Amino acid sequence: MSTTEIDRQWTTRLRRRVAGKLPPEKLLPDTQPTYVSSWIYVFGVTTMAALGVVIVSGCLLALRGPLWWHTSSVGHFVNSLHLWSVEIFFFAMVIHLWGKYFMAAWRGGRALTWMTGVVTFLTSIATAFTGYVSQSNFDSQWISTQAKDGINSTGAGAFWNVLNTGQMLMWHIILLPLAAVVLTVLHVLLVRIKGVVPPFDKNTEVAQ
Amino acid sequence: MTKKTFRPDVDAPEWKGGHGPYDIVKEGIIAVVVVSILTVLFSVAFGSPDDPSLTVKAWSTSNPMDFAATALSELNNTSGTAQYGAPYNKASSGQKLGPVALAKWVGARIPINTVNDFVVKPLKSLPGQPVLSTDLSQWTGASASTRTNWVNNYTHAANNMKIVSGQLVVTATNAGPVPVMMADLLQMARTGALDQALVTQNGFYAMDYTLPLLFLGDGTYMANIAQKQHLTGDRWGMMNETGNYPGQAWLWLYTFWYQVAPFNSSGNADVLVWGLMMLLSVVLLLVPFIPGLRSIPRWSRIYRLIWREHYRDIP
Repeated sequence: MSTTEIDRQWTTRLRRRVAGKLPPEKLLPDTQPTYVSSWIYVFGVTTMAALGVVIVSGCLLALRGPLWWHTSSVGHFVNSLHLWSVEIFFFAMVIHLWGKYFMAAWRGGRALTWMTGVVTFLTSIATAFTGYVSQSNFDSQWISTQAKDGINSTGAGAFWNVLNTGQMLMWHIILLPLAAVVLTVLHVLLVRIKGVVPPFDKNTEVAQ
Repeated sequence: MTKKTFRPDVDAPEWKGGHGPYDIVKEGIIAVVVVSILTVLFSVAFGSPDDPSLTVKAWSTSNPMDFAATALSELNNTSGTAQYGAPYNKASSGQKLGPVALAKWVGARIPINTVNDFVVKPLKSLPGQPVLSTDLSQWTGASASTRTNWVNNYTHAANNMKIVSGQLVVTATNAGPVPVMMADLLQMARTGALDQALVTQNGFYAMDYTLPLLFLGDGTYMANIAQKQHLTGDRWGMMNETGNYPGQAWLWLYTFWYQVAPFNSSGNADVLVWGLMMLLSVVLLLVPFIPGLRSIPRWSRIYRLIWREHYRDIP
């Protein structure tokens, strides 16, 4: 097999493209620009850490089925872990979002990083909502019957029925978490590829 | 080399300063440990709410009059569900976003006939009820106009509806099988059989609770309990949960609009609020491309607080 033939392989091209965009020192950096020194940077990693705890506690809840936590004190505690990790997740995520806004973190070709972050935020809201209407208790009854009017008014309720507990549970434990995790990975990879946005400075021109 | 104008809200300066050590793995692990500890502490301190779900059985036992009135509203097509429109039926055009009735346009894709789904089909599932069986045959064999007359006569007499020894009593004339149907539906509900009948209409396994939730929602039983728990729309609605828990606090902006004009008095509030939130979500998504909005960070100078170490020596 010739070198040219190997060079033209899809696998070779993909590996070179990935290695060029995201070399190991960018993926797992051991240095950062000195401006990366602020309390605000804590909230991005906190959001990801909370997402990890949310997923682990959700997997624990899934082990014994959706009704287990109503009849077991251990199950109820795991549900509490799930709830509070979600609260921490959103608290950190919202501060991260506002922090990035006031840093204008889309500058320097980072618009896609911002946009994947926003879509992740919206996806997370939908994920949490489907969890609230899948609890199989009074809260889920009330929230779903209240929420149906808003969703039905857009026409979406014909396909995404918040009163269909089975449908909501499936979206909550499979489809939306999968989307949220994929988006988060994409978001983080974009951060690693583009680096952390630098502060504003006084220059008004940039070389092209 | 060509030059282009530096756009401070779009372009980022090239960093020519120094770099410092950064242990991303250590940072990540510390974050996981700290978040895990906080989660456990909050869980131990506050737990989580789990008020039991309401049942039609409990509703019809604790407030049989409300149940009976609601069941009658399903039979005479005056209930919230019967008059809802899409996606359940074509009784109304539903809410409009400007001139467009989105739900009506999509259509009644979750068809619900309140007479059949809430009353007749459940009653037909009851075994060993010869009187009821005869009455249901009479109902099924009657013309639409005859049924309407029966229901109207019963509805008129239902102003004096009573519960005597757990039995529904309505002195109605020319109401055909309706008195027996309504009385037996109440008894069926009080045994818990109606809870099951409403979710098993499509087979043994049940994961779709659309029918019992709509039935419960048509009465005042669930709303009254929610009112006592401060969960209603005028108290920020669905972002709340029972007890003193934060709930879905991140929905504050969505629920906020329901508290203010013109949304709080509009018959199209739901679709207007959803439309506004969709628009705001798109704006948030496209902030990097919206002049003015993308400049607020630079104008506000809050970034100097965020990067205060960096700017310490810069006037």
